[in-house]
Amino acid sequence: MDLSLRHISHRYDEVEVLRDISLEIGQGQIVCIIGPSGCGKSTLLRMIGGLERPTSGEVLQLGEPPAGCLNPLTYIFQDFALLPWRTVEGNISLVLEDHALDGAAREKIIADVLARTKLSDFRKAYPRQLSGGMKQRVAIARALSVRPAVLLMDEPLSALDSQTRELLMDDLVELWEKENYTAAYVTHNLAEAVRLGHKIVVLSRRPGEIRDIVEIDMPLSARTGENAELEAVQKRLWTLMRDEARAADMELLDE
Amino acid sequence: MSDRPSDSQERGKPVPFRGGGFLPKPKKIIAPIVFIVLIGLWELGTRTGMISPLILPAPSEAFGAFMDLVNSGLLWQHLAASLQRLLIGWFSGTMLGILVGTLIGLFSLARSGMQPLVSAIFPIPKIALLPLFVIWFGIGEGSKVATILFGTFFPTVIATYGGIDNVDRGLIRMGQSFGLSRISIITKIILPGALPAILSGARISAAIAIILLVAAEMIAAEFGIGAYILLAGSLMATDQLIAGVAILSCLGLVFAWLIGRAEKYFLKWRA
Repeated sequence: MDLSLRHISHRYDEVEVLRDISLEIGQGQIVCIIGPSGCGKSTLLRMIGGLERPTSGEVLQLGEPPAGCLNPLTYIFQDFALLPWRTVEGNISLVLEDHALDGAAREKIIADVLARTKLSDFRKAYPRQLSGGMKQRVAIARALSVRPAVLLMDEPLSALDSQTRELLMDDLVELWEKENYTAAYVTHNLAEAVRLGHKIVVLSRRPGEIRDIVEIDMPLSARTGENAELEAVQKRLWTLMRDEARAADMELLDE
Repeated sequence: MSDRPSDSQERGKPVPFRGGGFLPKPKKIIAPIVFIVLIGLWELGTRTGMISPLILPAPSEAFGAFMDLVNSGLLWQHLAASLQRLLIGWFSGTMLGILVGTLIGLFSLARSGMQPLVSAIFPIPKIALLPLFVIWFGIGEGSKVATILFGTFFPTVIATYGGIDNVDRGLIRMGQSFGLSRISIITKIILPGALPAILSGARISAAIAIILLVAAEMIAAEFGIGAYILLAGSLMATDQLIAGVAILSCLGLVFAWLIGRAEKYFLKWRA
């Protein structure tokens, strides 16, 4: 299943947030969306998953989601969004309970996603007992449990310390190698974008417009350690963004 | 390269400590000691004649009155009558309060319609409405239960919608993003999220229920702790009055303990 964004524009009352964004997210592709803070990238992601309605333009699903898919467009949030009163397995079970699955089928899915995210030993733990990285792993396991067609990740690593971020990024790469998931990945971290993105969309500051789209052909598994090509891309992205970021930094947040 | 302190230089003085404090911790033995010392001083005061028995009866006299009540078997009749009113009134007031609070917390129409109404009626002392309750619900149990019900209803409503307002919107959005049904979002995300606030509301409404018990039993009640206190008061039997008040105070402690247990059980995820 592909996603196609057609001429998306959005405004909150008088404030224009997004202007004429058109974008294709192809099957098996990770599309990173970067931009200075307040450029509307998270808003754009909410529109892709149907949590918010653009003022004009539309998001189209091209093709059918694969069979067995319970929730085609599935988010992974920056703040994990785990229910603190449910255990790890309870949090995963939450998103399965509304589907017509019997207990055994649900149990099978939970055991499977916990194994895939190496969380099997933490089934009965409450979120407060887990580190930030573990919480995000639980959120990833929860997202995988509904067999999504597209993962929508809203700065999934931004709330974590840099070592945990590295580890989790490796997990995401490894997972992609295995399952070839499709993803829209919003971040303000250029290193994350060049590490994970097949396609990197650079947004301008508010109102967010597409400034450039950079494609990186190098396979994800090859993008490790020192890499001149990636560094060149990252530098190029930063020159594209620097002035925008500086200008965005000087703006008042709410007017 | 070394982190070893150099001996050759002058000693220097330690950095003064300025942290710590501002963290009161409960110490279990202190509370009983405070009670015992206070009651001891009171007893001593009346024994030595520092406190005239006309002004305040000795704790031993109040205890005597309490034992009379136990021995005559009247205590259980009073307690049973009061507990029945308290539990029915408090339970139905709380349930209705949670229901209406949830409606106000969830629906714009309920919020705009009922929130000002709640704000307008909450501060009215329910005791002032007692005569009306008697007319509406009869002189029997109805008016007594209604007084407690109304008294506990409003604080529960406010606690409930306050709790719902404070539920993390991110969790609700998460529920929506996974395609959870409305009813699932309400029962699995919003209500559990509001539960801490609802339980602290229950603490307040339990205290209010006990306060209103005495008011409720002002109306033609034969039995009940409140009725016992009022009778003692009008006879100037201050020992009985103190005994009755102490029973109410113990009821309050028991209620608070029960709600504390419920909090421990339902909110164990907070720890």
